[in-house]
Amino acid sequence: MSTEQQVVRPAGRGALASWVASNSSGNARAVIERGFRVIRNQNWIVIVSGFFEPVFYLLAMGFGLGQLIGDVPGPGGQPISYAAFIAPALLATSAMNGAIYDSTWNVFFKLKFAKLYQGMLATSMGPLDVAVGEIFMALFRGFLYALGFTAVITILGLATSWWALAMIPVALLIALGFAALGMAVTSYFDTFQQMDWINIALLPMFMFSATLFPITVFPEAIQWFVMALPLWHGVELMRQLSVGHFEASTWVHIGYFVAMSLVGIGFTTRRLRALFLR
Amino acid sequence: MPVIEARELTKIYGEVRAVDQISFEVAPGESFGLLGPNGAGKSTTMRMIGGTSLRTSGTLLVNGLDPEVNGPEVRANLGVVPQQDNLDNELRARENLVMYGRYFGLPYSYLRPKAEELLQFAQLTEKAAEKVDNLSGGMKRRLTIARALINEPRVLLLDEPTTGLDPQARHILWDRLFRLKEQGVTLIVTTHFMDEAEQLCDRLIVMDHGRIVAGGSPAELIRQYSTREVLELRFGSERNASLVDQLRDFGRLEVLPDRVLVYTEDGEAALEAVRHRGLVPVTSLVRRSSLEDVFLRLTGRSLID
Amino acid sequence: MTDFVDTNALAYSGRALQPARQAELTRRWGWWYQAEWRLIGMKAYWSSAVGTALLTPVLYLIAMGVGLGTLVDAGSGGVGGVPYLTFVAPGLLVSTVVMSAGSELTFPVMDGFKWSKLYFARSATAASALQVSIGELVAVGVRFLGEAVIFWLVLIVAGVVGFGSWPMVLVAALAGLSFGAPLMAYAATLEEEGFQFSLVQRFVIAPMFLFAGTFFPLESMPLYLQWIGWISPMWHGTQIARMLAYGMPLPWWMVLLHLLFLVAVLVVGAVLAIRFFTRRLAR
Repeated sequence: MSTEQQVVRPAGRGALASWVASNSSGNARAVIERGFRVIRNQNWIVIVSGFFEPVFYLLAMGFGLGQLIGDVPGPGGQPISYAAFIAPALLATSAMNGAIYDSTWNVFFKLKFAKLYQGMLATSMGPLDVAVGEIFMALFRGFLYALGFTAVITILGLATSWWALAMIPVALLIALGFAALGMAVTSYFDTFQQMDWINIALLPMFMFSATLFPITVFPEAIQWFVMALPLWHGVELMRQLSVGHFEASTWVHIGYFVAMSLVGIGFTTRRLRALFLR
Repeated sequence: MPVIEARELTKIYGEVRAVDQISFEVAPGESFGLLGPNGAGKSTTMRMIGGTSLRTSGTLLVNGLDPEVNGPEVRANLGVVPQQDNLDNELRARENLVMYGRYFGLPYSYLRPKAEELLQFAQLTEKAAEKVDNLSGGMKRRLTIARALINEPRVLLLDEPTTGLDPQARHILWDRLFRLKEQGVTLIVTTHFMDEAEQLCDRLIVMDHGRIVAGGSPAELIRQYSTREVLELRFGSERNASLVDQLRDFGRLEVLPDRVLVYTEDGEAALEAVRHRGLVPVTSLVRRSSLEDVFLRLTGRSLID
Repeated sequence: MTDFVDTNALAYSGRALQPARQAELTRRWGWWYQAEWRLIGMKAYWSSAVGTALLTPVLYLIAMGVGLGTLVDAGSGGVGGVPYLTFVAPGLLVSTVVMSAGSELTFPVMDGFKWSKLYFARSATAASALQVSIGELVAVGVRFLGEAVIFWLVLIVAGVVGFGSWPMVLVAALAGLSFGAPLMAYAATLEEEGFQFSLVQRFVIAPMFLFAGTFFPLESMPLYLQWIGWISPMWHGTQIARMLAYGMPLPWWMVLLHLLFLVAVLVVGAVLAIRFFTRRLAR
């Protein structure tokens, strides 16, 4: 219709600054404050329980199944116990799972059912504040669990290098990559049933990304495919840190996650309005 | 400067023109109503005013600013009461008020006493530490409205504020809103309750299928689109339609499934004339014309389906 | 203009059954009406449910057959004289079914009481609380059977088990209900939120999956941990399934004991569920 005119949105010089200004009041802090208040109101057992999930896996698979397996080749070909082999992989996986849960299910629920963001966005806050605040909270939870699990690994004697401490910030990097991407993906979803497919997609990635067994058991073509997946890079990086063995590939793994985080943030940024302002 | 200025405002969801080129203005201190059945585009219009729904085309200025470009500034002047309560279920009643204030960047020193005032205003002081889940429907509604006042907004957007409230709670709420209006707060109200629109609104627009079909003060609209009185006749659902022809000469008629409405200046006289013809209704009622009748006239549909 | 409704036909068409007949039918078949309704409700997510049911065994086969199996067989020559994949496959079938009780009999039950309140709508018809709770178990049992059949067919296609092992499908569904019935009873007692379900997931279901003999024999754990298997329907079901799948030696009285355990827990759980449903629906 000729009488309709397109909405003029700011562009050109200073476009980024005006984009930020129209999507943010610079108050992501309030979202974080809310997050901590909710944690305070929550049943503490629920929070603590998240810590046990990877620990149970480690005990059952690492020590239970480990008896049947014995030693396996670790980074650099050095034989290590099966428990030491999977422990770093479980840390990477739990960082992924937590971040994906927080950025997909959690965001979707608060958006569609609790209508929490609807309330937040009726204030002077913008979608950017909400996204930044929520990703921060996801990383904070990830930090707590990474801290706990790294302590468990160390106490069980499965980490043999001071580099193992670096697993904590790396867990956050992995979480950031997945959280940023997960939020963008969530913007395309309409129903909970569609959300189920996220879990279906994650399951094979968990099983085949060298978490429970080395990918050398696969034919070469499949190995290449697995090596393209993010979790494999996270697992390998963690494993190298746990024993302090580094090679050129270490930088590839780090680079992969830095790139993934940047792409994810860019992608989420583009989808921000589609996600929150429907 | 008008508080709200909409020109050819349009929102299209896929194929559906939820809001279709509507234009209107709201003056400061005015109490402005958007009236219409479910799906008329009222809520979408409200959300575009707050900048939480992106318009497809047209211009929209709130206090002279575009809510899509200056969202944070625009919303800092707004208090929003959505159609469905969206309280934070993970926080308690008082925390809901305080945290909401934090979203505006307000300091705790301001928020703590303000929250107590608002709890009192909403008659929820005893429930301050209660989980939101444990509040009744009416309490949640009052808390939502109190929450919208935390930043002392000059403009209040109320999307069906009293839907689901019992009659007593509605009157309390109307009283509170009236007091705010006396303080110069601009009220923008959507409703499909005619009595609410007549109580609250200085001026209103009637929307249907995303378009504005009429506008004016309640009295003007009634004068323009209806008669002074209405005679409601029920002959039983089988007979209502078949008797229409015998009533034609009384003036304008609306035939609803359960009753026939006769628009007339003198209802009692009309009823007398109906009886005179030997037509005996099961029940009859003479009443003043209301916005409901205006709506029927304009859209041919009852407002609440 | 609004179209006119034939109110006469609406109020009394003469085609509805007589109230006495309605009551009689519901008294006899109310449990099935409930099950029918629940099964129809599953349509909403059947595609992702079937996708998961199909994908899970395929992934497990690859991970266990090609991956872990290679490590275990190289490390200790398999378990109990059979390759690791043969050992683990029946356990995975049973575990998968038992674990889906964790999603079917937790939040949906809370939903029936608290959010959608559909159980109350049900009990407003002629159905009783007993029929509602039994109907739920029947519907979920049907789903378990479907899931087990899909898993079993994948194992057949992969040549991991033979056709003679088909009763393990029934055993898996029985184990699922045996775990599910007490879980449903517990869910019926919860009034708020449902954070307890995530605790059940983390402190009951996950440990059961990991420690109750699915991935390694119970006996390879220290004695003070073996009770985890003894009290888990998952372990009892898995033991029978292993006997059926590859003839794991198991005396007949042990088979009986495993079955008795599963049935007993199912009955106790169902009785509790009926009691809690009755209490809550009558309130």
